[in-house]
Amino acid sequence: MFSLDLLFEALLFGVLLGCFYAAVSIGLSVSFGLLDVPHVAHPAIMVLGSYGTWIIAGKLGWDPLLAGAVLMIPFFLLGVAIYRFYYEVFEKRGTDAGVRGLAFFFGLAFIIEVGLILAFGVDQRSVEAAYIGKSFQVGEYRIPMRMVVAFAVALILTFSLSFYLSKTFTGRAIKAVAQDEPALRLMGANPVRIKQWAFGIATGVSALAGAMLIIISPVEPAIDRLYIGRTFCVVVLAGLGSMTGTLAAGLILGIVESIVLMLFGASWAPAVAFSLLLIVLGIRPQGLFGR
Amino acid sequence: MKIRALLAAALAAISFSVAFPASAQQPIKIGMSMPQTGALAGGGQAALVALRMWVEDINAKGGLLGRKVEFIAYDDQTNPANVPGIYTKLLEVDKVDLLIAPYGTVPTAAIMPMVKQRGLLLMGNFSFQVNRTVQHDMWFNNAPWNNAASWFDGYIATGKKLGATTIAFLAADQEFAQNLANGARELAKQAGLKTVYDQNYPPTTTDFSSLIRAIRQANADLVFVASYPNDSVAIIRSVNEIGVGSNVKLFGGGMVGLQFTPNMVNLGSLLNGVINYNTYVPGMNYPGIEDYFARYAKKAAEAKVDPLGYYITPYNYAIGQMLEQAINATKSLDHKRLADYLRKNEMKTIVGPIRYGPDGEWANPRVVQAQFRGVADKDTEQWKKPGRQVVISPDSVKTGEIVAPFEKARK
Amino acid sequence: MKFWIGAAITVVVGVGLPLMPLNEYLFYAGYMVLSFVVLATAWNILGGYAGYVNFGPPAFFGIGAYSAVLLFKWLQAPLVVQIAGAALMGGLLGFGVGLLTLRLRGIFFAIATVAVVFIMETLMVNWRYVGGATGLQILRPPVEVFDTYTRMLFAVMTVMSVAAVAIARYIQVSWIGRGLRALRDSEDAAECSGVPTLKLKLFACAVSGALMAAAGAPMPMYLSFIEPASTFNLSYTIAALGSAIIGGMVHWAGPIIGAILLGTLQQVVTVTISSEINVLVVGVLLVVFVVAAPEGILGLIKKYFPGKK
Repeated sequence: MFSLDLLFEALLFGVLLGCFYAAVSIGLSVSFGLLDVPHVAHPAIMVLGSYGTWIIAGKLGWDPLLAGAVLMIPFFLLGVAIYRFYYEVFEKRGTDAGVRGLAFFFGLAFIIEVGLILAFGVDQRSVEAAYIGKSFQVGEYRIPMRMVVAFAVALILTFSLSFYLSKTFTGRAIKAVAQDEPALRLMGANPVRIKQWAFGIATGVSALAGAMLIIISPVEPAIDRLYIGRTFCVVVLAGLGSMTGTLAAGLILGIVESIVLMLFGASWAPAVAFSLLLIVLGIRPQGLFGR
Repeated sequence: MKIRALLAAALAAISFSVAFPASAQQPIKIGMSMPQTGALAGGGQAALVALRMWVEDINAKGGLLGRKVEFIAYDDQTNPANVPGIYTKLLEVDKVDLLIAPYGTVPTAAIMPMVKQRGLLLMGNFSFQVNRTVQHDMWFNNAPWNNAASWFDGYIATGKKLGATTIAFLAADQEFAQNLANGARELAKQAGLKTVYDQNYPPTTTDFSSLIRAIRQANADLVFVASYPNDSVAIIRSVNEIGVGSNVKLFGGGMVGLQFTPNMVNLGSLLNGVINYNTYVPGMNYPGIEDYFARYAKKAAEAKVDPLGYYITPYNYAIGQMLEQAINATKSLDHKRLADYLRKNEMKTIVGPIRYGPDGEWANPRVVQAQFRGVADKDTEQWKKPGRQVVISPDSVKTGEIVAPFEKARK
Repeated sequence: MKFWIGAAITVVVGVGLPLMPLNEYLFYAGYMVLSFVVLATAWNILGGYAGYVNFGPPAFFGIGAYSAVLLFKWLQAPLVVQIAGAALMGGLLGFGVGLLTLRLRGIFFAIATVAVVFIMETLMVNWRYVGGATGLQILRPPVEVFDTYTRMLFAVMTVMSVAAVAIARYIQVSWIGRGLRALRDSEDAAECSGVPTLKLKLFACAVSGALMAAAGAPMPMYLSFIEPASTFNLSYTIAALGSAIIGGMVHWAGPIIGAILLGTLQQVVTVTISSEINVLVVGVLLVVFVVAAPEGILGLIKKYFPGKK
């Protein structure tokens, strides 16, 4: 069933979805793209944020975005702690750290996932809000409000982070440490503290991403596995370290996924992000705007 | 190697102590896995209350064959991959005497080959056509349906009366929905309906916007959906979010989960207009059923599960009643003799008399198609009175006429 | 010589035990533990010897299982043919993945292997002949020699474990192993010294893949049911990875120790507590070992009993 109407709706949906993908990947863009941390546990932490949002929104009746925003602070601290631990145990010690660092984060992802199952079960969880369940009528098309809300928040998040990294002092220090750590050290700044701060921000942002995730669709603990593909696809496609690249890459992924969904059906959708990732890794591993 | 030998010795010791024939005072063990979490949890938890209630009742009467009944149930999380391991454990470690199938086609499909190869009696639990390929002759399903016609005939007949000529299918890619959809597709063809849209979606799908959009585009008269609880809820929400088109006369048919009280209460008015299958609605008269529901409601309140328990719980209680009658009549626990009895006799249960056909399904199906009407939000009490689910088919238990088109019935 | 005597004894015990009247569940659980031994040993060829962390065991395990199903459904092939066919497919997939990821290292290689898992799963989900997302019920032909399929498969898996370990041992002590170790320590230096790094990497990928697929081949017969989600489950990654790291990655004995320890622990926990906790246990053990004892149990033994080999 192929018609111009359906195609347009698919594109529209793809743009909204794509921005959301960019937002959930932006934390990884910082932690992996800039800091070179093999953070395969990034989606798992985001799902942790989703559950946190579900608990707060459920128990206190708050709006999920507000809950997500509040969670950013404890998640920031969590990020600092994780990076500190990673640095002390792995980064300091050198070469073999590659295998072990990867194994560590993979193990961490599993522990988070299973921990969520033990605490909350495998059932799907969702939140309620005024904008979930309604849609905007724009001519012939009906656009779900929750997608537009996620889209808006995603845009704000991406631009804020981009602004922070390029215009503020600490932001530029983060970019500097990614580019040339010894030089930074020579200038008297402490690279470990800067990286720790950056990882904290990346993790804090993941909390808000988690809130958006549970607004868009119900979550269950194993959903992080699918998002490993999506987030890494976006980050690699963008090119490590590029924030605006993340937005562009997210949009590309969102649109491609939406069109594949329309043309071939829902059973092929999970493979899109992973296939795109493999293609990028094979053809142009430095991505679109790589450093 | 040493570890393996130690383990072998330890397990050998344990198994020898358990393997000796049970003395007359050993309890009769009945075992199953039940989806207590995952997609079917809503029905599974309620069904468990009913089964435990039966075990209590039977033990209060002195048990079976002079022995107490012990009931063992594990959680399979609605995941078919967990089921073979659980049933192997039940048979080899817990050493159960009798098996009940997990609730649902999807978990049950995983053990059908195993029970057939080992020649074991399996009491089915609300699965749909799960015995179709394996053809096990010791399978007895508690559900009031047999093949797709028992679900779909009423839906088609109603559709044709409204003058429908085209139909759209939306089915989850899993054992239940595929069995149902395959049967439905055949029947639709025989009834002369033209299929304008036919999609299977992966069972983990959470966002149905693109599928609903495509259905709207296809402009069908009838939309038949075969789905499991999570998808059913998501589909209903999606339909309310973006609409399915003003042409659609009937929407629904085979959506599991819209019969679980928590879903009914949470979706509330979003359900209006949907026509769906059910096994029991208030007003249907079986001897003893009111009494059963009163007792169930108390136990359900304690267990904090579905307070009404209409859809599946009485049928689980009926499994117990059937086992009771078979065991008492044959005075044995031998699977072959029990199977023989169940095949040949009509049994009395709180959901009426049950008689089996050669495939282990009911000889006389009793599924209804009912339309949700006038449902209010967040109201559990409203479901206790007849009227919220208007029975459209079959004629023998009909309580009202269909309201179409679908969009009109939603107001 | 000592190795071969040990191998022979293991085979005799592995085939003899199922013939004795022991509890069936012993073999049911034992089969899983042995398949982990094969999986971990195979993983270690690429992961431990060459240093390429492969997150994709489920892809190979899965292609093995589905090749077996295909051969069974299409040709009624006996188990031996199924295993051979599965190994062939696994080897091809391994070779293909190796080619695709020729220039990728570290985390990029790992993420690429995760991608392969999901793509394979999606392919199987969309292939109706082998069941699609619904899955396939498998009616097994009557079993010979042994009382039940579980016992027979336990025996088969013992033989397979011994074969896998023998292969890993051969690779380790031969020039291939030396080359892989050079590759692991520094790929650039190895290339400069004339080590054929590309060929070795492809070889390791293919052999590793073939063995992992062979481990997966008997699964459909074991469960008499197969479906994509559980077959391509990432828990196989953590089992393989965990076993190798916990046991020790430099020597062929490491994965055996790790797999038996982890596998047995998992089975005991599943039976006594729950199947969730067993994944948690593996995850925690993995993290603990990675942080505190990166050389694994073998490393601990070397540290505390320096004379012992």
